[in-house]
Amino acid sequence: MTRQSFTERSFLAKNPSVLWFILILAVFTLGVTVLSEAYGVAFLSTSFVKTLGKTLCLCLVALAMDLIWGYAGILSLGHMAFFALGGYMLGMWLMYARTEEIVVAALAQGGLPATPEEVRQGIAVQIFGVVGASELPAIWAFAHSFWAQMALVVLVPGGLALVFGWLAFRSRVTGVYLSILTQAMTLALALYLFQNDSGLRGNNGLSGLQNLPGLSDASQDAVSMWFFWGSALALGLGYVLLSWVVSGKFGSVIRAIRDDEQRVRFLGYSVEGYKLFVFTLTAVIAAIAGALYYPQAGIINPAELAPIASIYLAVWVAIGGRGRLYGAVIGAAFVSLLSSWFTGGRAPSVPLGFYTVNWVDWWLVLLGLSFVLVTLFAPKGIGGLFDLWQGLRGPDRKGAPLGPDDGALMEKEARE
Amino acid sequence: MRQLFLSLVTALLVALPGLALAQSAVDILDANRALVEKPTRAKIAPVISELAASGDPVAATVLAAWAEKGLGLRKADGTFFLIEKTADGWALRDLTGAEAGVAASSDIVELRPNAGVRGLIATALVQFTLSDPDPAKRAAALVSIARDPEAAHLEPLRASLATEVDPALKAQKDRLERLLTLRFDTDSAARVAAIEGFGSDLGLDLRAALNPLLATSRVAYAGDLPGGANVARVLVPGADLSEAEAYDLLVAAGMAPARLTVEEARAALLANVVDGAVGGVPVAELGTQAARDRAYTALEAAGAVPAAATDAEVAAAVAAHGFAEVYAEPDAQVTAAAKAALDGIALKVGAMQTADLALDAVSLASIYFLAAIGLAITFGVMRVINMAHGEFIMMGAYTGYVVQLFITNYTLSILVALPLAFAVTFAAGVAMERLVIRHLYKRPLETLLATFGISIALQQIAKNIFGTQARPLTAPAWLDGALTFNDVVSISYIRIAIFVLAMLFLLFFLWLMKRTRLGLEVRAVTQNPTMAASMGINPDRINMLTFGLGSGIAGIAGVAIGLFAKVTSELGSDYIVQSFMTVVVGGVGNIWGTLAGAFLIGTLQKGIEWLNPSNTLAAQTYMILFIILFIQFRPRGIIALKGRAAGD
Repeated sequence: MTRQSFTERSFLAKNPSVLWFILILAVFTLGVTVLSEAYGVAFLSTSFVKTLGKTLCLCLVALAMDLIWGYAGILSLGHMAFFALGGYMLGMWLMYARTEEIVVAALAQGGLPATPEEVRQGIAVQIFGVVGASELPAIWAFAHSFWAQMALVVLVPGGLALVFGWLAFRSRVTGVYLSILTQAMTLALALYLFQNDSGLRGNNGLSGLQNLPGLSDASQDAVSMWFFWGSALALGLGYVLLSWVVSGKFGSVIRAIRDDEQRVRFLGYSVEGYKLFVFTLTAVIAAIAGALYYPQAGIINPAELAPIASIYLAVWVAIGGRGRLYGAVIGAAFVSLLSSWFTGGRAPSVPLGFYTVNWVDWWLVLLGLSFVLVTLFAPKGIGGLFDLWQGLRGPDRKGAPLGPDDGALMEKEARE
Repeated sequence: MRQLFLSLVTALLVALPGLALAQSAVDILDANRALVEKPTRAKIAPVISELAASGDPVAATVLAAWAEKGLGLRKADGTFFLIEKTADGWALRDLTGAEAGVAASSDIVELRPNAGVRGLIATALVQFTLSDPDPAKRAAALVSIARDPEAAHLEPLRASLATEVDPALKAQKDRLERLLTLRFDTDSAARVAAIEGFGSDLGLDLRAALNPLLATSRVAYAGDLPGGANVARVLVPGADLSEAEAYDLLVAAGMAPARLTVEEARAALLANVVDGAVGGVPVAELGTQAARDRAYTALEAAGAVPAAATDAEVAAAVAAHGFAEVYAEPDAQVTAAAKAALDGIALKVGAMQTADLALDAVSLASIYFLAAIGLAITFGVMRVINMAHGEFIMMGAYTGYVVQLFITNYTLSILVALPLAFAVTFAAGVAMERLVIRHLYKRPLETLLATFGISIALQQIAKNIFGTQARPLTAPAWLDGALTFNDVVSISYIRIAIFVLAMLFLLFFLWLMKRTRLGLEVRAVTQNPTMAASMGINPDRINMLTFGLGSGIAGIAGVAIGLFAKVTSELGSDYIVQSFMTVVVGGVGNIWGTLAGAFLIGTLQKGIEWLNPSNTLAAQTYMILFIILFIQFRPRGIIALKGRAAGD
């Protein structure tokens, strides 16, 4: 066998983790399908399948967070806002179409076929009666069309990220300032949506999203599995896409921006352009994840946009290990499942004699402190454990250059 | 006829007090004994007026006793007595108040006037209380009249004006008399004079009296304007009011048939379905409004349903009528004077409101400044992002609450709580610096995350200890109330105290940084730790002290904020974003910048709230948007550091 030069090796050969990830995801999906109520032996309850499906969506948004923070070094505290916006955009169609079915059915009982005006009026009253309005706001103009709202899932969060990112990066807002600014953006958006006249039902949010329009006879058991498959597919595609993005020259440039932005700029790269692209791309991925997440959750309201949600996202990625895509997935899955286990009241209390530690109350304390410990002592997170295993094997370089990240390793070897 | 005559006489008598001492109160009562014994509202009025007008001091006693069921009639001879219930009958006094022995229960008829009669008596009594010898009673009578003015009060009030001796009460009476005049007098010249007499007065009571005079209602009329109506303005359909509103007015006035609603049309069509068709239109085709209209018109033509206005008929009806806003007050001179007076008031009130808004903005700014000043030290000077800063504020507030549990004297407890809160948060800050932040000085983003982890933990611990409900932190009594300049401009003492506290902190900060050894060392370590260390300064110690200081000030701010906000575990997170904004907008590393930032944000928020008062959420949204845009143009804040001090 001839020695291949490093650059000619295929994408998958360079990124063995992608194959492993797809394999594990496929096995997991298959396993859940076999154990599900709808298509298997009914070992897993439908609500647990939904939790797993939602977790996959959270893993997808964590991937996006890892790209923007772990690779490009931009700590965005606004990606859960894009996530929720994506959910809102799809939720508008779900709620509109579902309400339309109900209204048309109710009017058909009246003896006369319904006029379009009556239908529109009925929908508006059904959806907005709760905030005291009876007109559909202008932003619902496309809500009747599935494809238009699907486009908006990408366009609205993507457009917001583009505008915000352009403004922020153009004026060279970096580091913690950018973090605070994105947090302010999230807060502003949440406060805006909390108003009743925002056109999205204020703090009631959108509800009943678990019912698919046109499929009222499909059971939730089956629907939950469809969304689970959809989420798994999206996560797999997202993983491959992001692995491809970070493996090439583009990946090298954004890592360089993370490490020394000034130097990259002096080398002639458009730092702002790269950052803007990454910011917008990750916002779109977050929005798609949100559009898959909220139909499984069934309800979305402005509390989902609270700045704390975005910070938890950062917590997941940090605990999982930033700067490596599988780390983000591990962190999101591990922490969010653990969190729902602890806060669900299923974790056993710890009696200390003088005081009983009730995990519903103390889980956040544990999370906060372990987060501090991870930041201080294990900046690589859980993903760092894989390095221990890698270290046992020795580098498989075959004489090729090590690439940008491992340059330091080559220097070290040269010295030895 | 007799009644009219009597009331005319009474009015004359009331208008000219002191001249008509016709009869004594006893004579009047005796003359109307039967009526007094079984009074009805309609017939007793002249008697009460006569009593009131008699000028006899006994009359007041008699009326008061009568209203309180303290007047009785001896059955034997029909004499009136002031009666009081005793164990076995009645204690009697004659009408002048002298003891008159006792009587058995059965000998006395207790007079029990009904509610209507009691109301008449109360009105008549007004003039007695208005000229009561006790000034406190007169003042109380004025207050009660001002609260619930009636036309009947006007005459007694005027009558008592001449005899008033207390200058303050006289001024009050004079003002009240003019307020009643402008509302209830029958003479329009007197009312206009009363309105104009107020000049530049801003009182709420004046505005409350003037506003009803300008109340309007919308009317529709055919042909010319109805005579006698005091028209505020003529409305043009399409410009001043929509066609639909205009037509609704016509319908309400009974000048046009109601427009057919969709539901009624639907019901009418449903009621006339014959062989699967309505008016010749098959039911299956009735899915559009046009088809439904066609069917309804066909039914109308057949006489099966009542005629309903179509769009064309509505337009014609609206065009054929005029619309106007008409004052409820018929007198045009009065409304013109009231309008002029209110316009003048509105201008002055606008100026006052601006002043009030400015005060509000300053007080909000001092709250933000107070919350941010600790950050100005930790973030501004040391460049350490401390997301747990808000939780230090919360710790300070809870410290104040705990102190109040032990010390019930609020003044003393606040005096104890302030240094104690400083000590607690100082210790927490030092501990956090030593354990966490020290290891992360080179990694600012991770400082943000680690301190955020601490923030989550602290918040949850506070929730576990103190529960989720809000805890009270009560201000001492001398901070209650507000400094009131007039009806519009006022500011509560707590806010003044917070402003003073904020200014004290500013001075303290300036003194500390510019005038003390510690400040010098802090500035040296911030600029160049290595060089500072080689000059014999211990950077570790300085960093620790600086961080502790910033945290300690957050604790004191927490006590101050807790005095007016609810103390919950989320107290800090409500302020953290605004605090960071204040520091960032103002310009990092400069206390004057923080001050400017706090004032900018405070003024902005109050300004936006004023433009859109119903919606404080929107105000916060727009404020944050403004800040994001502001940072575009001044990325380094209002006061940017220049040169080497700016770092990077």
